[in-house]
Amino acid sequence: MKYTTETIVLAVGAFLALLGAAFAQDKLFGAHMWVLFFVLLAGTVFMIRRISFAPAKVAASSDDGGYFDEVVKYGVIATVFWGVVGFLVGVVVALQLAFPDLNIEPWLNFGRTRPLHTSAVIFAFGGNALIATSFYVVQRTSRARLFGGNLGWFVFWGYQLFIVMAATGYLLGITQGREYAEPEWYVDLWLTVVWVAYLVAFLGTIMTRKEPHIYVANWFFLSFIVTVAMLHIVNNLAIPVSFLGVKSYSAFSGVQDALTQWWYGHNAVGFFLTAGFLGMMYYFIPKQVNRPVYSYRLSIIHFWALIFMYIWAGPHHLHYTALPDWAQTLGMVFSIMLWMPSWGGMINGLMTLSGAWDKIRTDPIVRMMVMAVAFYGMATFEGPMMSIKSVNSLSHYTDWTIGHVHSGALGWNGLITFGAVYFLVPKLWKRERLYSIRMVNWHFWLATLGIVVYAAVMWVAGIQQGLMWREYDEQGFLVYSFAETVAAMFPYYVLRAVGGGLFLLGALIMAYNVTMTILGYQRDEAPIPGAAPALQPAE
Amino acid sequence: MAEKHIDEISGVETTGHEWDGIRELNNPMPRWWVWTFYITIVWAIGYTIAFPAWPLVSDATKGVLGWSSRANIATDLAEAKQAQSAFVDRIASSSLQEIMADPQLSQFAIAGGASAFKVNCAQCHGSGAAGAAGFPNLNDDDWIWGGSVDDIYQTIAHGIRNPGDDDTRTSEMPAYGEILEPVQIKQVAAYVVSLTGTPSDASLVEPGKQIFADNCAACHGDDAKGNREFGAPNLADAIWLKGEGEAAIAAQVRSPKHGVMPSWLPRLGDASVKQLAIFVHSLGGGE
Repeated sequence: MKYTTETIVLAVGAFLALLGAAFAQDKLFGAHMWVLFFVLLAGTVFMIRRISFAPAKVAASSDDGGYFDEVVKYGVIATVFWGVVGFLVGVVVALQLAFPDLNIEPWLNFGRTRPLHTSAVIFAFGGNALIATSFYVVQRTSRARLFGGNLGWFVFWGYQLFIVMAATGYLLGITQGREYAEPEWYVDLWLTVVWVAYLVAFLGTIMTRKEPHIYVANWFFLSFIVTVAMLHIVNNLAIPVSFLGVKSYSAFSGVQDALTQWWYGHNAVGFFLTAGFLGMMYYFIPKQVNRPVYSYRLSIIHFWALIFMYIWAGPHHLHYTALPDWAQTLGMVFSIMLWMPSWGGMINGLMTLSGAWDKIRTDPIVRMMVMAVAFYGMATFEGPMMSIKSVNSLSHYTDWTIGHVHSGALGWNGLITFGAVYFLVPKLWKRERLYSIRMVNWHFWLATLGIVVYAAVMWVAGIQQGLMWREYDEQGFLVYSFAETVAAMFPYYVLRAVGGGLFLLGALIMAYNVTMTILGYQRDEAPIPGAAPALQPAE
Repeated sequence: MAEKHIDEISGVETTGHEWDGIRELNNPMPRWWVWTFYITIVWAIGYTIAFPAWPLVSDATKGVLGWSSRANIATDLAEAKQAQSAFVDRIASSSLQEIMADPQLSQFAIAGGASAFKVNCAQCHGSGAAGAAGFPNLNDDDWIWGGSVDDIYQTIAHGIRNPGDDDTRTSEMPAYGEILEPVQIKQVAAYVVSLTGTPSDASLVEPGKQIFADNCAACHGDDAKGNREFGAPNLADAIWLKGEGEAAIAAQVRSPKHGVMPSWLPRLGDASVKQLAIFVHSLGGGE
């Protein structure tokens, strides 16, 4: 019988959630357990309807024997869905900063919508993109089916449950107050279980590979999975006040706590948003342009240099704080040394196009990927620059940092993911081509324009803000009150929302395009000029 | 597996492996990349020799330049203090009147007060000192506790209803919700409004006037112009601290809200409080 065990496990989980709600030590835990109960109950009902009483071998799945792509399909849909949600919330929080009246107390004030935005884009959009693409890539470059049978499904649905619990928790006001690690202890524990399952599925596939060597994309994916597990567990070491309550206290205190948090926070950027996405880049760019990776030697050196250097760079988030000078120095010099290892990925991505540069003109998907790598290069130059103490003393705590993060997140993570989605959808659903290539082009230009507006506005805003904060008159007196520097940001905050709105519009076009492709439509449209039969592999 | 394979387009040898159709060229690392990487490493080593960097057993290397962020900020603060000391010392040793009589000194005091105001006072009184509901406007000539520079100094130095400071401004209006009937509160509110505006019901004003005389005039005065001795606001100038209109006035009569302000003297010191007093006095309403 199929799905019986899964159904029973879900039903037991729903019952436990109900018990949690009944015996909750505080109102928030009760509310959150009710959310969990209804989610698990819906899952149970759904599974009951799918129970098949036929003997197991008859009810085998359709893609048995080949690659396990069903879960990748779900992952791609989840990526697009959470992307749109995350960008939408991003536009909302941008507007809340420009127009404070849009803060709707208590559930939709900035303090709750901001982590909703960051988690939705990093963990829901980015995380689903990484899980889906890593499952797709590791199977093909290992010539092996995803390890662990239905483990892939557990990873996918378990991760969605984490997202729902994190997001509803934020809106209820449940947070441990650690940036990018806001979920409380019980959600953290659940993510740990899911993440270990992810590691087993991924590593198991590599270990059962039929290729003699491990492809470079898989080194990056594996380093991302292993390091994020380590970061997540250490940064979330905490003692719950009650096992039936939301509140917990960190195992660390004072400046050690701050440093642990930024060791986590910076490496979430380094391993989640850099190493993981470089794994995507190393598969999808060579595939889409149909050219070999530029340099194997560069890939191996920049991989090891990147993962060795990145882990030390966190203290640059705590320049000029209670953190001892020596730790600040090390954080800064490791950030500077990180510049070239980061750029190794950019060089390998861009130079892979050598022999196929014309595709930037003729293939909007390649254009998107190349722009992603260009933004990656910009952000990984800007990052080391901002880690220099004298630059940081101006840029820190200003919107410059927000601009920097978004040129990386929208430009690099966003565009490379969109490129991968456009690559994957026709292949996964076995369509001849996308519904519309011209819409990809529209998406490209809207997204690029949105990012440029966003980043440029935040640079100007941040530098102005930093200069206003440190402005003293000739008698040595402070010139601006803090509220005056906030008021001066208004036009930039409005323009920022415009930039984000353009990016969101592009993502909506993608969602439409992907939906129509999956439904099997092809838009009747003129081809992109010059997109005649491109270079074929020379074999 | 590792047989020789040449990429035809670039003419470069590949590593010989192929994964799902992807090969890797055996290009060398770009020279400029390698050299820039080396340079950043050499620079990093040099920087860690110059500045505090390497953790030891119970301490860390100090760096040959002897730089420390704490020493740095101490130097900056000392320099800033030194640059202003000529003026600040004179402010500390002069009375408020002496400072205001000296154009140079008073100009410095106003600038310094404005700066201290931005950091310490703007949170409640606003960047432009225009106040908000419950927080007095400091630009007008309506003073609750007095508008001379000495009065202002006293208020800033010791705060208002600030527990722990013996010289703080005290006195509170009783909650008339326990003393007057609801209809009487309505009447007295209408009377107070009638002093500067039009009450909702003119018939309430006459009885309200009597209630005012019996209950309120002791502090607010027969003419309702207030009494700074008790911090009783002027009710006849159409400037409202807590809220405008009969409903707001009735609410204040029923169960009054009492503003609180910290004592700034222990925190900022005499010279800063003097500068703040002179700055606030200069805003337009100083007496």
